[in-house]
Amino acid sequence: MSAISREEVSHLAMLARIDLTPDELDRMAGQLDVILDAVATVREVAGDDVPATSHPMPLTNVTRPDEVRPSLTPEQALSGAPESEQQRFRVPRILEED
Amino acid sequence: MGASGTGETVLAYDEAMAAYDPVMGLEVHVELNTATKMFCGCPTTFGAEPNSQVCPVCLGLPGALPVLNAKGLEGAVRIGLALNCTIASWCRFARKNYFYPDMPKNFQTSQYDEPIAFDGHLDVELDDGTTFRVEIERAHMEEDTGKSSHVGGATGRIHGAEYSLVDYNRAGIPLIEIVTKPLVGAGDRAPEVARAYVSALRDLLRALGVSDVKMEQGSLRCDANVSLRKRVSDDATSSEQKAVPFGIRSETKNVNSLRSIERAVRYEITRQAARLAAGRRVVQETRHWHEDTGVTTAGREKSDAEDYRYFPEPDLVPIAPEAAWVEQLRTTLPEPPAQRRRRLQTEWGFGDLEMRDVVNAGATEAIEATVVAGASPATARKWWMGELARQANTRGLELSALAITPAQVAELQALVDAGTLNDALARQVVEGVLAGEGGPAEVVAARGLELVSDDGPLIDAVEAAIAAHADVADKVRGGKVAAVGALVGAVMKQMRGKADAARVRELLMERLTP
Repeated sequence: MSAISREEVSHLAMLARIDLTPDELDRMAGQLDVILDAVATVREVAGDDVPATSHPMPLTNVTRPDEVRPSLTPEQALSGAPESEQQRFRVPRILEED
Repeated sequence: MGASGTGETVLAYDEAMAAYDPVMGLEVHVELNTATKMFCGCPTTFGAEPNSQVCPVCLGLPGALPVLNAKGLEGAVRIGLALNCTIASWCRFARKNYFYPDMPKNFQTSQYDEPIAFDGHLDVELDDGTTFRVEIERAHMEEDTGKSSHVGGATGRIHGAEYSLVDYNRAGIPLIEIVTKPLVGAGDRAPEVARAYVSALRDLLRALGVSDVKMEQGSLRCDANVSLRKRVSDDATSSEQKAVPFGIRSETKNVNSLRSIERAVRYEITRQAARLAAGRRVVQETRHWHEDTGVTTAGREKSDAEDYRYFPEPDLVPIAPEAAWVEQLRTTLPEPPAQRRRRLQTEWGFGDLEMRDVVNAGATEAIEATVVAGASPATARKWWMGELARQANTRGLELSALAITPAQVAELQALVDAGTLNDALARQVVEGVLAGEGGPAEVVAARGLELVSDDGPLIDAVEAAIAAHADVADKVRGGKVAAVGALVGAVMKQMRGKADAARVRELLMERLTP
């Protein structure tokens, strides 16, 4: 039985804003299954005595003092933007038309 | 602000309350007043030029590495302690992933299932002096988002816009989100409880000195979750009532004044009640509050938490506040607002009702600062609860947002005490200060409002009035002392208000009585 359904792949594609054709959905579901199987294998190896690890380095409480450091200029900040207007980043319409 | 929404059918509040029991959850976002952002050294100055306070970290450029602001962490812990929370001994940041251009990283750095502070409470005083305990679920650290403006379309709103422009100056400013547990048992006082809670929280945050708490500038924002369940008991706090499962909730976003919070909760109760009474469902959704029309309208349907695909932020290491440090911060907590209020009431000699009115008007801090600046408590109260409250109300502002400082109010009162101004002139000075014409002394000079203290011109006006109104003068001479008021009025008119009415009366009486 596959670990991930076609509907789940479709939902993930929507969340990631990737437009997939029906064929691609089927293909992705199969490929993601393989990846999830691999993860499941790792999970079997990790016993209860192995805690979930998000940060491999044994570090905590790394902070910096609340001191201002130079920012970019607006020109620098916008230099990589595909479009800008009124010293702001111009982005495509956010909500689709109803 | 964009176009106003049109409201749905609502049920009368009393009818809604007879049939349903409201349950609320309040989420307050507070911007900390640190000099720099949460994860980078960019400044946080309000109103700076667009995109002038950004860097590779807050723009989410590749390879940039965030580092936590020590002051931001300290503020979060102090807020947690002041809300009687447990401080986590170990916690992490998480990425909240979503597609929306207000965060250039495509995620917001936040905390998910490991908040820095949890399980607290805040006791909130209601208008009648009773206390309502608001249980706090959690307070967690996150960052603010950028500001979008929408271009095209009829209304400047996101709906119908052709494109949007984004300023990332605000993106990354330290934000603490404070979430209550479901507030049950408030019954028909739910809207009042919501307002009183945010008001008490604002006082507490201001006393902590961690934020500007300016609702009109967005440094304190409230989202109100409201749901209704069937009423089964007259007593909202009874165990049968508490056993009824919660209804489906709506979340009204960004309600930006204390008064609006009360109105928005009240509106949602009447709107949801109408739907339920008509056999319809309440939709779980985000709603927008419209200040002008007093209604909420539907926004987007709420995403499930799992759609945000939260995961631990790999670029920030875990936080493990040392117990000794936390205890040291506990010693820096200010006097709790309720206790402080009782102390100030005693010091100022205000009655219970007077003090309650002051607190409800949000005037405590202003009066305290005015007294510190040299005014008597009674005159400070008179200004803030009288003329200034009226001015704030006319302008639709909170008292604290008025463009006059407590020091200026004290200065104004000193001018009244010195006989330079009478009350009517002092009110004109207030108009001038609020209009941005400068401090009280400057306005007096510029508008020429000073009272005529020299008796010479006064005596001329007094004698002219007696001559012009001989009949009235005769009545006064004949013993009808009350008639002198008409003469005082005539003199004040002649002097264009710039005379001390008591002195005018004195001069008149000297001439009309033996």
